[in-house]
Amino acid sequence: MRGVREFFLAALGWFALAVISLGLICLVGFLFVRGLPVIDLQLLFGSTPAWDAILALRPVWDGIWPAVAGTLSLLAVTMALVLVPGIACGVYLACFATPRERDWIGECVDVLAGIPSIVMGLFGLELIILLRRTFLPRGTTCLLLAATCLAILVLPVLVTAVRSAIEALPRSLTLTADALGLSRNQTVRRLLIPAAGPGILGGVILVMGRAMEDTAVIMLTGAVANAGLPAGLTSKFEALPFRIYYTAAQYTGAEELKRGFGTAVLLLLLSWVLILSAKILQRQLARRWAA
Amino acid sequence: MRQHCGVSRHHCPLLLRALALSVSAMLGTVIAFILISGAEALMTGQGLGLFGAVWNPAAGKFGILPMIQATLLLAFSSLGLGWCLSLGCCCVLNGLAPRWAARWLRGLLTLMTAVPTVVYGFAAVFLLVPPIRDALGGTGFCWLTAGLLLALQGVPAMTFIMDGAVRSIAAESRLTATALGMTTAQHLSRVVLPLASRPLLSAAILGLGRAVGDALLPTMLAGNAIRFAHTPLDSMRTLTAHISLVLSSDIGGGEHLSLLLAGALLLTFCAVFSLLSRRMARRVRS
Repeated sequence: MRGVREFFLAALGWFALAVISLGLICLVGFLFVRGLPVIDLQLLFGSTPAWDAILALRPVWDGIWPAVAGTLSLLAVTMALVLVPGIACGVYLACFATPRERDWIGECVDVLAGIPSIVMGLFGLELIILLRRTFLPRGTTCLLLAATCLAILVLPVLVTAVRSAIEALPRSLTLTADALGLSRNQTVRRLLIPAAGPGILGGVILVMGRAMEDTAVIMLTGAVANAGLPAGLTSKFEALPFRIYYTAAQYTGAEELKRGFGTAVLLLLLSWVLILSAKILQRQLARRWAA
Repeated sequence: MRQHCGVSRHHCPLLLRALALSVSAMLGTVIAFILISGAEALMTGQGLGLFGAVWNPAAGKFGILPMIQATLLLAFSSLGLGWCLSLGCCCVLNGLAPRWAARWLRGLLTLMTAVPTVVYGFAAVFLLVPPIRDALGGTGFCWLTAGLLLALQGVPAMTFIMDGAVRSIAAESRLTATALGMTTAQHLSRVVLPLASRPLLSAAILGLGRAVGDALLPTMLAGNAIRFAHTPLDSMRTLTAHISLVLSSDIGGGEHLSLLLAGALLLTFCAVFSLLSRRMARRVRS
């Protein structure tokens, strides 16, 4: 006996399955067919010898190495800015905060987690305008500004990940520690943080993925199409996602388009590697405490 | 929600406490900064008709009403499609389809969460825009294209939220339902989904926030003409696309003020949505 409701639900389920499968396979298949053959050393370095390019002895004109280097340095600066405050705030929320603080900080983190990244880019732009008016008259948008805005953007994600990794640990851990006479500090530092380690690391990797793919922030705060290698914290830079965006909007020839497809596939593969390793770490944590 | 180490804040290392509090203070400052800039823009730009329907820089009119309309149209249309798809996916994950289908779908959705938005946009420019242009006319850069992609992009996040709630509710009542002779489809449609109405709504609100806030897909696919859109084939410019497109050099001019106002509006929308969704999730838990 099957009612109308059951029939519609089953239809909706199979329809959704078909749409998602078809959509993703078409999209990814199309990208791979056009982009995978392009990925080689020449995509990265163009006609410049690889080592000369990596050591910055010679500039790369027709490769995406500057964008790769820009993304890597952006990631490094962002992570340097976000790691300590993010993990500290997560640990504090999970272990030390009073209920009222948990409510307030939690609310603040949630609101910030919902902020569109383009608004964070606008914030960066306004910040540098404000600084120019006051005590940095020669400041412009740059790598440091982009990394700061990215750090604020991904901070809530990291805080939530750290907090839930610690809160997912079994209660018996804390009880045992109390029974053994460990102080709160010792419990947190020697027991909870190491035990939640894989989860925290998973959160960090997740955040790296978010920071790497975000385009909206950096296009307002210093990413440009032709900057060469990033020259320092206060210089403009290139980045992989911005390169893709720029190519889609204003490519001029078949060669440039081919490089665009290669870049898109490269970014996609990098993102997948990051999320898969984060998933594996988090599953490891869950399995360890499941018994 | 469990708390691991009691409430005694006296034991908390001072440095940790200082870091945590300064982080939240900084987050609060960022929010306040954006809101105040928006309010200031509204005050200084009174003669510019910022909330008006006319965008005509030559005449000194910088109305962002068309963009607000575009943002809402695009967000709600893509949410409608995306939410239905997510509901279907969630049912497939919870036993409506054979196990191989559920496993395959879960893998696909996990991979989808990691696809960068700019890659979606890039692929769609070359894969989706030409057929739409050929089949339906127009330029192909329109509400329809952006809406389809936005719907697809929002599915994984919504599905995983729904799945969490539906899974725990289904586990509670599965034995009883089986004993009563219900099939899985009957169990899902008559028992679980009615009970899960709040989490389903909360997922929708979260998806709405995402759809309103996405900048790249509208910028790359929606055409960006500033006017009221009437049909799905019309080109439109959302608030987010407006911010990402205008690189105005006249600081303090009308265009710049409209950017600030757009930013504050977006922030308000998204903050309200995430607070609502949080409230709803909390009520479910208690």
